[in-house]
Amino acid sequence: MSIYTLGIDIGSTASKCVMLADGKEIVSKSLISVGAGTSGPQRAIAEVLEKANMTKEDMAYVLATGYGRNSLEEIADHQMSELSCHAKGASFLFPEVHTVIDIGGQDVKVLQIENGVMTNFVMNDKCAAGTGRFLDVMARVLEVKVDDLGMLGARSTKRVAISSTCTVFAESEVISQLAQDTDKCDIINGIHHSVAARVAGLAHRVGVKDLVVMTGGVAQNAGVVGALEEELGHTIHTSPLTQYNGALGAALFAYQRYLKEQK
Amino acid sequence: MAKTVSPGVLALRKVVEDVYADARTAKAEGKLVGWSSSKFPCELAEAFDLNVMYPENQAAGIAANRDGEIMCKAAEDLGFDNDICGYARISLAYAAGKRASRKLDLETGEYVIDPTSGKPLKDENGNVVIDPETGKPKKDPKTMQPYTVIDDIHEIEALPEGREKELRKAAIKPYRQMQMPQPDFVLCCNNICNCMTKWYENIARMCNIPLIMIDIPYNNTVEVADTNVAYIRSQFDAAIKQLEELTGKKFDEKKFEHACANANRTAQNWLKVCDYLQYKPAPMSGFDLFNHMADVVTARGKTEAADAFELLEQDLEENIKNGTSTLPFPEQYRVMFEGIPCWPKLPNLFKPLKENGVNVTAVVYAPAFGFVYNNMDEMVRAYCKAPNSVCIEQGVDWREGICKANKVDGVLVHYNRSCKPWSGYMAEMQRRFTADLGIPCAGFDGDQADPRNFNEAQYMTRVQGLVEAMEANKTLKEGEDK
Repeated sequence: MSIYTLGIDIGSTASKCVMLADGKEIVSKSLISVGAGTSGPQRAIAEVLEKANMTKEDMAYVLATGYGRNSLEEIADHQMSELSCHAKGASFLFPEVHTVIDIGGQDVKVLQIENGVMTNFVMNDKCAAGTGRFLDVMARVLEVKVDDLGMLGARSTKRVAISSTCTVFAESEVISQLAQDTDKCDIINGIHHSVAARVAGLAHRVGVKDLVVMTGGVAQNAGVVGALEEELGHTIHTSPLTQYNGALGAALFAYQRYLKEQK
Repeated sequence: MAKTVSPGVLALRKVVEDVYADARTAKAEGKLVGWSSSKFPCELAEAFDLNVMYPENQAAGIAANRDGEIMCKAAEDLGFDNDICGYARISLAYAAGKRASRKLDLETGEYVIDPTSGKPLKDENGNVVIDPETGKPKKDPKTMQPYTVIDDIHEIEALPEGREKELRKAAIKPYRQMQMPQPDFVLCCNNICNCMTKWYENIARMCNIPLIMIDIPYNNTVEVADTNVAYIRSQFDAAIKQLEELTGKKFDEKKFEHACANANRTAQNWLKVCDYLQYKPAPMSGFDLFNHMADVVTARGKTEAADAFELLEQDLEENIKNGTSTLPFPEQYRVMFEGIPCWPKLPNLFKPLKENGVNVTAVVYAPAFGFVYNNMDEMVRAYCKAPNSVCIEQGVDWREGICKANKVDGVLVHYNRSCKPWSGYMAEMQRRFTADLGIPCAGFDGDQADPRNFNEAQYMTRVQGLVEAMEANKTLKEGEDK
């Protein structure tokens, strides 16, 4: 009989769950677009269980991560930081990984990985520039969907410099560009490079070594990924499971801990 | 396990209490009281028997007493930008006469209690008592505190003698840092930071008092240039002349030599105390060193400080013999804590360290304040070396030296919004620590005095990440050793 473990990643803007069988096969996953402090975590847990037609009691081990990790004491057997979980998830998807860049809702993390484990890391300071939230704000100002930013940025014919590194001031910079009738696609391209420059600055602090993997919701934006490749001079690998990476890592750690406790 | 307070720690606490008490007495007797930056050559002031107070130490105390934010805001109301160092803002507000005070009802003469303050009330079985009306825990009235407001001593002094004046004077918070005498002169040495120069110029202007300034050039090389020594030496001579004019006394060579001998003895004993953190497990919580800094700063030229550190050293020796420690949890990991702590958030800072068994066994203050010298020129060279006045090579060398000696597993770096020069070069230092020592480093955002710049959730994640990285590193090294 298979051993089922559940990883729950409660971020600042989304709640994600991944259920694994025997620490290797994804049985089910869920994503609710609201995070810590909302109904998101409970809904995500209910959905992942329902999809697999299982109950909490069927789970051998549950591990929570993300900012809301400590609010799930009733269901989770253990909590770990999202740093280690992202390292774990990325190492599972890309065994040769040495650098993980995760852009989440309000965090940017760059992780250094050796033999599949995180040996060092750096995170953004108390500033939203370069995070998913920065892109949310810009999409709202430009009246486009955040999911469409990548596609729209690809249509750009020239790059507009968004020089400010502050979300609030970048917003006014974008507004002034719009007032000058600058093409939205060019502005978006500029925004992607602004994010990439910010993240690259952080990545250089901890060092960038191939293979480089990008995780988190922003990794779905090809414009940011391309701009970051240009900034870093490294090929960046992403996965369709990018948003679930933290939850996947948590489910993998859950399996490891289950085995350890059985000994 | 209750934290043991050893005779050495008690002696150190008394030294600082006495320095403040002596200054209050001196002021009451009409004697001069000065304010000095932490690394001004105190030996010069000691030669004139002057009472000197230290605003940096005072600001740390005010912040630890949770009044940092209201004092910072008071300075901002005076026009000082919130980007300026938190210590400077607290000190400038204080120099302007602003005081954290308990809110008064002048009609009844009683303090106005803040209903949100205090700890939950517990019944005889230790259970929290719930208020049936609100469904929330009831507050223990004994632990509830009055609202804190800002008052102004100049306004109070201008009042006619009477009830209101007495009540408002008494409402000023009683702890020693909020009862520090106003200055009659200021002693500024900018080796500790450059913000200091403008900070002290402002105090001198506000209070209309003399400023004695010693300018230390930034050291671009590890060795201090002879021309710099000559430049600083001449400023020492000028400072002595200014102090002679101020006090009407001649410079007393004997007292100066005595103060130098004490400062050397304090430094030697301070270094010995710091060296005890090399033991594994350590006989003390390295976080305690931050508290003992008050003695190094306020009293290093005094016999009592040198004696108290000697006593602390004996306590630690005893701990080693008995296999005990003042650390209230078993030591699993050892880290260097880089930077000044977030004084208003000390319990929050300590909590995840305690939960994860992390002891701070290295702080840069050990080498930075443990300087010993044998003559005036060496003394000048010693005062050239402070955390923010030395080049990155020297800074890295100091830190990597104690990281190796004190066997740390990782580094926790405070990116201190108050201290741009210190935080500015930490990113590069972090990179070098990892490259040279093979240990993980985690940085967090905060502030030494202004609690608005600290976010506990972000800090917790970074500490947990550091612990997990240290664990992974240990596992990797164990694998390599096998």
